[in-house]
Amino acid sequence: MRLEGLDIELTPIPGAVPAYRAEVGAAQWSETCQRVAEQGGRLLALWASDARAAGRGFTVHAALAARGGLVVLLLPLASESYPDLSATFPAADRMQRAACDLLGVRAEGAEDRRKWLRHAAWRADEFPLRKDFEAKGEPRSAGRREADGYPFVRVEGEGVHEIPVGPVHAGTIEPGHFRFSVVGETVLRLEERLGYKHKGIEKRFEGLSLQEGARLAGRVSGDSTVAYAWAYAMAAESAAGVTPPPRALWLRALLLERERIANHLGDLGFLANDAGLAFGLAQFLRLKEEWLRTHQALFGHRYLMDLVVPGGVARDLASEGAARMRGEMEALEETVTRLKAIYDEHAGLQDRFIGCGRIAPDLAARLGLIGLAGRASGQARDLRVEYPCAPYQELGVRMATHRNGDVAARVTVRFEEVFESLRLLRLILERLPAGELAVPVPAAAAGAFGVGWVEGWRGEVFIALEAEAGDRIRRCHAHDPSWQNWPALEHAVIGNIVPDFPLINKSFNLSYSGHDL
Amino acid sequence: MYQLLKQIAVTGIVTERPPLPDQALRVTRERLRADVLRYFDGALAIRHVDAGSCNGCELEIHMCNNPYYNLEGLGIKFVASPRHADLLLVTGPVSRHMEEALRRTYEATPDPKLVVAIGDCGCNAGVFGESYASRGRVSNVIPVDVAVPGCPPTPLAIMQGILTAISAAKR
Repeated sequence: MRLEGLDIELTPIPGAVPAYRAEVGAAQWSETCQRVAEQGGRLLALWASDARAAGRGFTVHAALAARGGLVVLLLPLASESYPDLSATFPAADRMQRAACDLLGVRAEGAEDRRKWLRHAAWRADEFPLRKDFEAKGEPRSAGRREADGYPFVRVEGEGVHEIPVGPVHAGTIEPGHFRFSVVGETVLRLEERLGYKHKGIEKRFEGLSLQEGARLAGRVSGDSTVAYAWAYAMAAESAAGVTPPPRALWLRALLLERERIANHLGDLGFLANDAGLAFGLAQFLRLKEEWLRTHQALFGHRYLMDLVVPGGVARDLASEGAARMRGEMEALEETVTRLKAIYDEHAGLQDRFIGCGRIAPDLAARLGLIGLAGRASGQARDLRVEYPCAPYQELGVRMATHRNGDVAARVTVRFEEVFESLRLLRLILERLPAGELAVPVPAAAAGAFGVGWVEGWRGEVFIALEAEAGDRIRRCHAHDPSWQNWPALEHAVIGNIVPDFPLINKSFNLSYSGHDL
Repeated sequence: MYQLLKQIAVTGIVTERPPLPDQALRVTRERLRADVLRYFDGALAIRHVDAGSCNGCELEIHMCNNPYYNLEGLGIKFVASPRHADLLLVTGPVSRHMEEALRRTYEATPDPKLVVAIGDCGCNAGVFGESYASRGRVSNVIPVDVAVPGCPPTPLAIMQGILTAISAAKR
């Protein structure tokens, strides 16, 4: 592949998705991103690594979704700074701030230079992902910690006041802080502060064997365990140069679509509940519980953890299992169809859903919104359609999109994706090839690099993996689609009333753990 | 409205009650109900605190309130403030960035109070371990009465943990 109008050499990265890498200089770094953006591409992830041991200093990486596939740019740094990308890709802003917190590399020219993932657990002059930072035990600065000051943007004017919410929220959800500036009930501005769940996942990866890493990857964000485990396995297989057997790939797709349905069922219930229709929660959680019990019966885990492993899958599906699933899917489809009609015709529910928390398609395009929320705002992006890996090339996924970008649109896309995943599951059960479940994964060579890229229920999950000698992980970067979509939530609530925030937030249902790492 | 009412009627009550295929579940639910009645006058208030989990445990805590388990039907409900709570249900590992918030939540909960740590990470730091960013198990930060292992623990195990905390604390 070549990038139109650019003279950089792209080296293919072996593996399940079309991916390339290129080492660039600072000027090419900016120019390539600019060109990819102009051609309709997007920034998927940005991270840094410490290659000082190899005499190369720090390196910044950008993964770009370009027309012909994924392009990973590597920019080795002579100093500790590199050109800012946030003017080209607004989503780069927080990723660059996180890279600064974790590795001490700065985006030169970036407007926002506040810390992001770092609160008070380590000092501004300590960088946990540097190789000379000791992961175990207390940071050197422990005991003389700075206070966790964070300069929120103040909105001034008559009648404006602030409502601070979190990190401990009123419901059973993950921790984060939301700072609302309001006049009366109307939200003028929302500013998010995340990072509360930062538990050192990326540092934890380092030194694990490639096999051991799978378990940790499956717990980056518990609701997307299949997506993460698959992306990780894909990256490990890409680094080790091995292809899993066909049956394993088809079973992975089966697990991924079942995970998508499980999450959509839960969300459809909670969304109605947040709009005051408890009936919806009771109905959908009943369906979800039955769905999870099938997981337990057929795969031994209600959330399908640890089933996707490097080389293949850990468990087979027996033929009785397939029969059980077929019957279950028929009943589910019928009930969800009925519930959709009830939702659609419920005036009170639609009154809360329609027009609420809107992200118009042009704003979504500018912010780089991805995944389910992106598709509900006219962004026709779905890896299963754009860059289908096996077995999706054979399944012909029909992407669900909507142009309204409001809560109602995100509800509709969820309904449509449930029906589409049911169709895919039927196809998978029909065509599931016989054969081996896994192949042995040979040790990855020192310096081997692999990527994994999977359309989870929330959006694109991405893993970049670099091996070191002894089949160990030198660096593993996990990227959650929530990085792209959290900033959009700040826009979605503007002009809405405070009591609608829980509903809007739920309609995005973004990950804190996957983002905070 | 007709369709909605019909759906409710068609669904019926799925809440599992004795006799049930799962004997353990029946026993647990009966004992749980008796203990809640005896010690808490049928009203136990729980405040959940996610101190750094992967969100897997939260999924199962949510499921405790689905119609099959119907935890609220037993007089146990989740409340929005620690000041209204009898028991804290804490998932971990405790990230250093949540350490202070967890401590403050504990302090805001009126005495006598109970703490149930949920999940392998809440019990022993799990796959994340202790590090520059993680304080590990919940009991490293606040006193814990009962720890429920599992990754994530099932709704039944979570309910059993709550039962154990209630009965052990009051004896």
